[in-house]
Amino acid sequence: MVEPVTFVVWLIVLPLAWAVAAFVTGERIGAWLGVVGSAIQTFLVVWMVATWDVAVPVIHRVGGWGAPLGIDLAVDGLALAMLLLTQVVSLPLTIYARSYFSEDASKSRHFWPLAGFLIAGLNALFVSADVFNIYVTLEIVGLSAVSLVAIGGGRAQISAALRYLFATLIGSGAYLLGVALIYGAFGSVSLATLIPLVGSNPPQAFALAGLLMLFGLMLKTALFPFHYWLPPAHGGAAAPVSALLSALVVKASFYLTLRLWTELFASIADDIAWIPALLGAGAILWGSWRAIQAIRIKMLIAYSTVAQLGYLFLVFPLLPGQDAIRATVMQACAHGAAKAAMFAAAGVLIKATGQDTMAGLAGMTGRLPLTLFAFGLAGMTLMGLPPSSGFLAKWQLIEAGMARDLWIIPVVALAGGLLTAVYIFRILSFAFLLSPSSVKIATVPRVQEWTAFALAAGSVLLGLRGVELMALLPGQVP
Amino acid sequence: MMTSGELLPLAVFFSSLIPGVLIFLMPESATRTRTTLNILGAVVKLVLIFILLAGVRAGDEFGVSFAVLEGLELAFKADALGLLFITLSAVLWLLTTLYAIGYLEHSAFRRRFFGFFSLCVTSTMGIAMAANLFTFFVFYELLTLSTFPLVVHRGTQAAMRGGRIYLAYTLTGGTVLLTGIVLVQNLLGHTDFAHGGVLGAFDDSRSTYLKAIFFLLIAGVGVKAAIVPLHGWLPQAMVAPAPVSALLHAVAVVKAGAFGIVRIVYEIYGVEFAQSLGLLTPLAIAASITILWGSLRALSQDDLKRRLAFSTVSQVSYIVLGVALFGPIGTIGGVVHLVHQGLMKITLFFCAGNYAETLGIHKVSEMDGAGRRMPVTTLAFSIAALGMMGAPFTAGAVSKAWLSDGAVAANMGWVVWVLWGSSLLNAGYFLPILWRTWFRCNRSGWHAEHIPVAGWRETALLLLIPPIVTATATIAAGIYANSDLSPLAWARLIASREYVTKIVR
Repeated sequence: MVEPVTFVVWLIVLPLAWAVAAFVTGERIGAWLGVVGSAIQTFLVVWMVATWDVAVPVIHRVGGWGAPLGIDLAVDGLALAMLLLTQVVSLPLTIYARSYFSEDASKSRHFWPLAGFLIAGLNALFVSADVFNIYVTLEIVGLSAVSLVAIGGGRAQISAALRYLFATLIGSGAYLLGVALIYGAFGSVSLATLIPLVGSNPPQAFALAGLLMLFGLMLKTALFPFHYWLPPAHGGAAAPVSALLSALVVKASFYLTLRLWTELFASIADDIAWIPALLGAGAILWGSWRAIQAIRIKMLIAYSTVAQLGYLFLVFPLLPGQDAIRATVMQACAHGAAKAAMFAAAGVLIKATGQDTMAGLAGMTGRLPLTLFAFGLAGMTLMGLPPSSGFLAKWQLIEAGMARDLWIIPVVALAGGLLTAVYIFRILSFAFLLSPSSVKIATVPRVQEWTAFALAAGSVLLGLRGVELMALLPGQVP
Repeated sequence: MMTSGELLPLAVFFSSLIPGVLIFLMPESATRTRTTLNILGAVVKLVLIFILLAGVRAGDEFGVSFAVLEGLELAFKADALGLLFITLSAVLWLLTTLYAIGYLEHSAFRRRFFGFFSLCVTSTMGIAMAANLFTFFVFYELLTLSTFPLVVHRGTQAAMRGGRIYLAYTLTGGTVLLTGIVLVQNLLGHTDFAHGGVLGAFDDSRSTYLKAIFFLLIAGVGVKAAIVPLHGWLPQAMVAPAPVSALLHAVAVVKAGAFGIVRIVYEIYGVEFAQSLGLLTPLAIAASITILWGSLRALSQDDLKRRLAFSTVSQVSYIVLGVALFGPIGTIGGVVHLVHQGLMKITLFFCAGNYAETLGIHKVSEMDGAGRRMPVTTLAFSIAALGMMGAPFTAGAVSKAWLSDGAVAANMGWVVWVLWGSSLLNAGYFLPILWRTWFRCNRSGWHAEHIPVAGWRETALLLLIPPIVTATATIAAGIYANSDLSPLAWARLIASREYVTKIVR
């Protein structure tokens, strides 16, 4: 009997396989392979989650070779939660993308191979057990993400992709420098070996390495004020790409920040814990402010991502408490599903109206009710209103803050919810307006509307039943 | 396997949720199916509630809960207090659905309208059956979200403005409420409602903190209950179509706020503990100010619906006032007014809708002679208006009698003066309307008449039946107040469960 947890290798191999196959067979078959592959991956990860046992931390030695010669993959609850999020969000997005790109073969020729590499990179990143492999996966994810932005081929998209490329290269460069410093100081890159070695009084080179690596990761996560590259890239890419990038890619570097913060850099983390939290608060205010002012739908959603990423960093002064980790993982999942839904819905609206402006939305609640409903549900999650997973995240964050008497964190989270409501209802108000005349709208395949709706509904339903997801991150309730 | 005690509350909940979801899935043109589904859902709900009422009266317990997170439960219970609100909402839902079918005939976006309408009623059920503050909050916010599309239903710039103001008030109120709820959770580890309250165990050292939480909670629900100065959204939300104003802004939304105050005072703090913290007198003062201010503002409104809206601001605070009068008599007065005010105010809104739909009248100054053209509607309007003033043989008289007796019993004699003053002001803004409709003549004719007279029917039948029923109920609740089936009898049952001491009157 094979342990289900060893499926993790397949989660990396499968997307690589369909990526290569899509490159060889062309876009039509490639799209089908992508959908089927994602479905199998989703099935595998659900099986893994269902049979997962807290008591047994799993290290899988690929091919039977252990570290330092071979590659170790480590699967814990946190990694499993991120794997689950990635597969569950990318499956509807592949279905969506197949329909979205069906009339534009030149773009989809590149989309499927790149998306496959991206997902393989993400899955590998979540289970990497040493800091060097993490670097490799970061580069795979970063480069495929940049290329996905560029497949639109427009002038604005190429320039956004270049900006993104510089940001991601500087980020991984800083990270690699940190890895080199650590290897120099301790002679190892394996997390399991390093953590006991570091001890309570690490050398200065280690602290420097920590700062470099965390800086690199925050740049890649687009934490305010390093977010400058995100809005043009996410706002300018094709809808399925924007969805993948906003929902998943930024979460990957966040996941690493969280993991390294609580495990490898725990000894230096306490002194600088307020920096990410302050930047997070800045992100919420600035991102929301820019979203409120936005004129284009996708720009609004992209700035909303900047703001929502801020919530993820609010928990840092509360770490390493398990309750804080639960709150931030819930937020990552809530935002992942909701933001994917929102970009997907925006893609439908833009295709239907032929323009990426909010004024063009007048009368759309009558024409495209399902898509607007999806948009509203996703907005509910982002606002943190019940009963949605965004609300559960906010609730857990507030509880965790109060348990430590850090009132400022709940206050920022609550105020951020109201700011979010301002820009979400700005869009919805436009859609409720009566259309001035009988505007012609293009027909959009129903499957695109339904996949957007499924993602949005998922983000809300998770708010009614968060027990199973949170069971992946056990620990005492304070 | 679930027992019937667990299934019944859920069935009540789903009897409006399922029709709502199905309506969204049906095409716009499926008018007949939609109508059937709406009415079927409303009738099934009433039958279920009837079973629940019999059970609760006999002392049975109904409740069910689901874990959302470890230590956090979505919990429902159908108790006497909740059922009062549920029964009111369900009866008025049926009537308003009939009314809306007539009102919206041939208009656009009916699918969206009835879909969200059902979601609103579902949220109201959730609010009424919530067994802890967390669940209450979930449905309280859901109510805000599901009413927004109804408020902006007309799709005009004015509607959007009303919708924006509505959201600004209610979402901010929701955030304040959430803050209070999390503080309670932080203090107790749960937020369950229980007879006699759950916070009573704390000693005096925490009293300032507990007062602060009380302020947050009441300010949060006070927005929907339209307590002055948090009432600004209500007159603005009158841009909504008449059935929406009728059910949501006279019944569901404002009552959700008032009901929240009842739950917080009686089942979180406990009325006796709230009294010992000195929280009831400030609440009574806030309610009194609202009662007088709302009536004063109503005097100067020429727009009929806005006048009614300010009247709502005033009348809903009768409930709050009753809650704040320490002692079972005041409680009965407040709780029974939850039902009585609903019956009277919905009648007034139905009638206002009839005037607008039939004759194109929106302003008080245009109402001269409307009573001769529309005698049935005007009769219903008159009954409800007289009830609001507290005229004998109406539901309003019963509420006012119990409230003023409760004030005397609680040694708050000044409240009696507030009640008299309010009655006077009510007369000041209702009697001129009655005078105009019955005793003045219309000289210029009805220029904007949409619906012609057909025999005795002065307007469409579906617009006429609901106000007749609710006006009749207004009188019945007054005359038969002492029967076992009256709202008053049920309010006494509730009070007997919230107080340890015996009720004497």
